[in-house]
Amino acid sequence: MHRLIALASVLTVITLTSTAAISAQPLKVVASFSIIGDFAKNVGGDRIELTTLVGPDGDAHVYEPSPADAVTMSKADVVLVNGLQYEGFLQRLVDASATKASIVELTNGIDPLDMAVGHEHEGNGAAVNHHQGGLDPHAFQSVANAKVYVGNIAGAFCAADAAGCDVYKANAERYTAELGAAEAYIEASVEAIPADQRTIITSHDAFGYFENAYGLTFLAPEGISTEAEASAADVAALIRQVREEKASAIFVENITNPRLIEQIAAETGVTVGGTLYSDALSKAGGPAPTYIDMMKNNIGTIRGAILGS
Amino acid sequence: MYDLLIAPFVEFGFMQRALAGSLLLALGACPVGVFLMLRRMSLTGDAMAHAILPGAAAGFLLYGLQIVPMTIGGLVAGIIVALGAGAVSRFTVQREDASMAAFYLISLALGVLIVSLRGSSVDLMQVLFGTVLALNDDALTLIALISGVTLLTLAVFWRALVAECLDPLFLRSVSRLGTPVHFIFLGLVVLNLVGGFQALGTLLSVGLMMLPAAAARFWTARVEPMCMLAFAFGAVSCVAGLLISYHGSLPSGPAIILSAGTIYAASIFFGTRGIFNTKLRHHRHRTA
Repeated sequence: MHRLIALASVLTVITLTSTAAISAQPLKVVASFSIIGDFAKNVGGDRIELTTLVGPDGDAHVYEPSPADAVTMSKADVVLVNGLQYEGFLQRLVDASATKASIVELTNGIDPLDMAVGHEHEGNGAAVNHHQGGLDPHAFQSVANAKVYVGNIAGAFCAADAAGCDVYKANAERYTAELGAAEAYIEASVEAIPADQRTIITSHDAFGYFENAYGLTFLAPEGISTEAEASAADVAALIRQVREEKASAIFVENITNPRLIEQIAAETGVTVGGTLYSDALSKAGGPAPTYIDMMKNNIGTIRGAILGS
Repeated sequence: MYDLLIAPFVEFGFMQRALAGSLLLALGACPVGVFLMLRRMSLTGDAMAHAILPGAAAGFLLYGLQIVPMTIGGLVAGIIVALGAGAVSRFTVQREDASMAAFYLISLALGVLIVSLRGSSVDLMQVLFGTVLALNDDALTLIALISGVTLLTLAVFWRALVAECLDPLFLRSVSRLGTPVHFIFLGLVVLNLVGGFQALGTLLSVGLMMLPAAAARFWTARVEPMCMLAFAFGAVSCVAGLLISYHGSLPSGPAIILSAGTIYAASIFFGTRGIFNTKLRHHRHRTA
């Protein structure tokens, strides 16, 4: 009964007064997909009420928002998105919900990479065009960038909820230290792989930043986005490259069609090494329920497949 | 020339599989397309392709991206819609187009609903636009079986089917086969679409069924040559589409269907029953 009265009074306050009165309430945060949701949870802790639009194992490139998402969006105080045209559905949703929340692009301040050029799909104009400017949006695949994301999140929370600013900053600092430890673990794991075996294949070219930061080479048959359908030329070029450069292992991801990868594995004789998590976390019981788990799981899977073969 | 036409298929196993799969598909689907067209049911193929979705989606939801459950699911959904629509049109006053539209729309909506339960729509795209480049042994076996069954059934029921196409009332007056043949034929349509969605996806497999048949219509009025010609056009489209996809770095499914579309467009103008020839003959009659 108490809670009902409290709720009713709060609702009245919200409808009658401006945002100044809301600071007693948890900050309503919308994260566009599971990885950003994990960052927000770590920075915001109990002070935020988090909604993640694209859940575990979902693909934010082709997500279809539901009316419930628009409702959530319209009531949000802060909306955290990746930016660099990563969430194709987002602009429509923002327009449809007429939200007054500040939209925070977490890739602000990172050093964006061009889309995997020098790979097999220079000629694949259609795949490249849909991301404007040809920048690779999967910046979170490098832990250094994840730290920038966390800093941006703390900044956005402070701007929306000044009272909690110290908590957010402390959380961000603690989490950044954890990220640093994970980064050291990844670098040590890569060190353990002989330099001439550091070429692997995945089904969707999401690991540009990972490659760049940690010195592995990833080849992929589909373009940069899961939206593009592979052409025969792409697949043929990839198979040639595998034969010439002697890739060590081939991986499937949690969100794309595994059949194409299995076909390439069968044709080249390279072993299929397990599942990598690229654009989405796994469900709570899975191997990659948080960002740090995901990064550790990925490098562990890669190292295991290469050294085991 | 060798590099252009032969080398891609010699060098890469996936190209051989794609070729084998699409040719087998054409072998069964093109003659079925001819009968669909002759029965003025050309759009039925399209409707049926949508009708398959809930079954395939249910199979996918329960077992993941496995061929057997998705195929059986698609088959069941397609047959329910075909039988339902066929039964309504045979036994009530409603025509087949209306009942088919009603049933396939219900089915399509159900399919989208089921796919959405999964939470992400990326997998729906895999069902709607499957890729011919990723055919595994299971898929090839399935397609081969389907074209075998299709050709056998066509051979057995050939005369009845032709009679059904030309004059269904006549067939029903002289034989009790009329209604069964209609349903068997609809079953074949579903079977070929289910086979097609492994290779080309539900939407594009209709293209390989209907476009060569429609093109062949411009060249001959007899049923047997029309079926042969339709298969020939289908086969040429598959080879051309795969080569275009290989050399031009374009997606394979659309490349195959657009090749068939090009043949269709050329047939409209240059076929023996196409615009130029019929115009020419007409002219001669008048001047003579």
